[in-house]
Amino acid sequence: MLRWPIALAAAAALSSPVALAQQRALPLDALRSGFEFAGADVRAMQADDVANPGFLWVERGEKSWRDAGGGKSCASCHGDAAASMRGVAVHYPAFDRTAGEIIDLEARINACRVRHQGAKPLERESDELLALTAYVAYQSRGMPITANIDGPARATFERGRAFYTTRHGQMNLSCAQCHEGNWGKRLYAETISQGHGNAFPAYRLEWQTLGSLQRRIRACLFGVRAEMPSPGAPELTDVELYLAWRAQGLPLETPGVRR
Amino acid sequence: MKPSPTGPMLIRRRLLQGSAALALARALPSLAAPELPDIPLLTQLLAGRTPRWERLRLELPALADNGLAVPMKLTMPGPFAPGPTVQAIHLFSEKNPVPDMAVFEFPVPVEKIEIDSRVRLAGSQKVVAVAVMSDAALYAAAAEVVVTLAACLDGS
Amino acid sequence: MADSRITVPPEARRGEPFEVRISIRHPMETGYRTNESGEHVVRNVIRRFACRYNGTAVFAVRVTSGIAANPYFRFFLTARESGALDFEWVDDAGVRGEARAELKVV
Repeated sequence: MLRWPIALAAAAALSSPVALAQQRALPLDALRSGFEFAGADVRAMQADDVANPGFLWVERGEKSWRDAGGGKSCASCHGDAAASMRGVAVHYPAFDRTAGEIIDLEARINACRVRHQGAKPLERESDELLALTAYVAYQSRGMPITANIDGPARATFERGRAFYTTRHGQMNLSCAQCHEGNWGKRLYAETISQGHGNAFPAYRLEWQTLGSLQRRIRACLFGVRAEMPSPGAPELTDVELYLAWRAQGLPLETPGVRR
Repeated sequence: MKPSPTGPMLIRRRLLQGSAALALARALPSLAAPELPDIPLLTQLLAGRTPRWERLRLELPALADNGLAVPMKLTMPGPFAPGPTVQAIHLFSEKNPVPDMAVFEFPVPVEKIEIDSRVRLAGSQKVVAVAVMSDAALYAAAAEVVVTLAACLDGS
Repeated sequence: MADSRITVPPEARRGEPFEVRISIRHPMETGYRTNESGEHVVRNVIRRFACRYNGTAVFAVRVTSGIAANPYFRFFLTARESGALDFEWVDDAGVRGEARAELKVV
């Protein structure tokens, strides 16, 4: 007789911010960066700013930042990136008022190019966009991930969480099954990580190049034999936001090195 | 009673048994006077001579994180001058489609021989390094690396 | 994009070894891959890397596809006089790359 009111009360409680925190499959104090699941050689590569190939893109991004290329340079508005971009990347994906939606850092860079620099947007996974993204994100290296999931971000967050906990592909696996249910366990010769995106864009040895977090998500979907969304597809941004929430507090490591 | 394996077979069995420990293990030290893998370019370089399996040190991880980029370190302690100096160090792969991986050349002798790079290995195999001295003496070192496929295919 | 990063120590002591590190952006395409359309991707690797110290060739590498993409080399040279280290590389397509580092010897 009392079941329905109790169920309604429980549903209301579960959607409150406090309850959301309680719903973390990985509690904040149990978060571990992918760095901790990487082999010693991969860790050594990330820790060395010369051996870390990601810095080739960071340096390229630094040049692009200052290059007007016919229009206005990033530097003409934002000055020294070390000052102006510090703390920016850790808040992405974020709500963009002009676009009226949540966008990731790559989309924000492209939005700046189109709106303020008189330039064309750069293609996803192009070296040019990767370089600028890595350069901007690098300015926040060491800072904690702090994406906001309130207000306009809430719907994106919910979609991201739904995607993350839904089974995909021929293997019929959800992200959560590996990265929440089985992290730390061996999968073939590798150890399953918690699946955080705090090191991206990252130099993935398997790619032999730097790649974005969206690419990593697409790669995972390929891994479970699902159709990959196209680069820039909205569901990828949904997942990026969900991942940022999951990784809250983890330090940004861009440019990371992963296997 | 079945005889216990020796030499490279023992190494291979230990590698398979201890793969979890290998993930933490540092480089496998150079194998002492091992059976040389059959690499025609290596045979050509040796030209019938026997290299000395000492002094030159080749370090590779026993278990590679990814075959596409495997850290490699070559060291050879001196002193060199006024005696024979290192002219070149050749690196050979047992299983790669291109067996001659690199040749590090020293047109001017250096006192400190230490080279780091990253190599590609197409599967588990032995890697052999040969240092050619200015008096034509040869030093060799070898290492065995286990290379696995990635856990998940990546078509991104 | 012939991007590269070089480090040499701020100062080297005459007669003593000093460390050189170089990281070069190059896909080192092996020639054994096919692209998304199933087409064979032509081999293009850096085939030679050379270092000159005040014009004298001091270190070189004959490189093949056995060296990983975005090649990294760390090696030691012996300090003589102050000057410049010039690095040059060329790939299968004939594209050349170059870089320079100033060296101060005390």
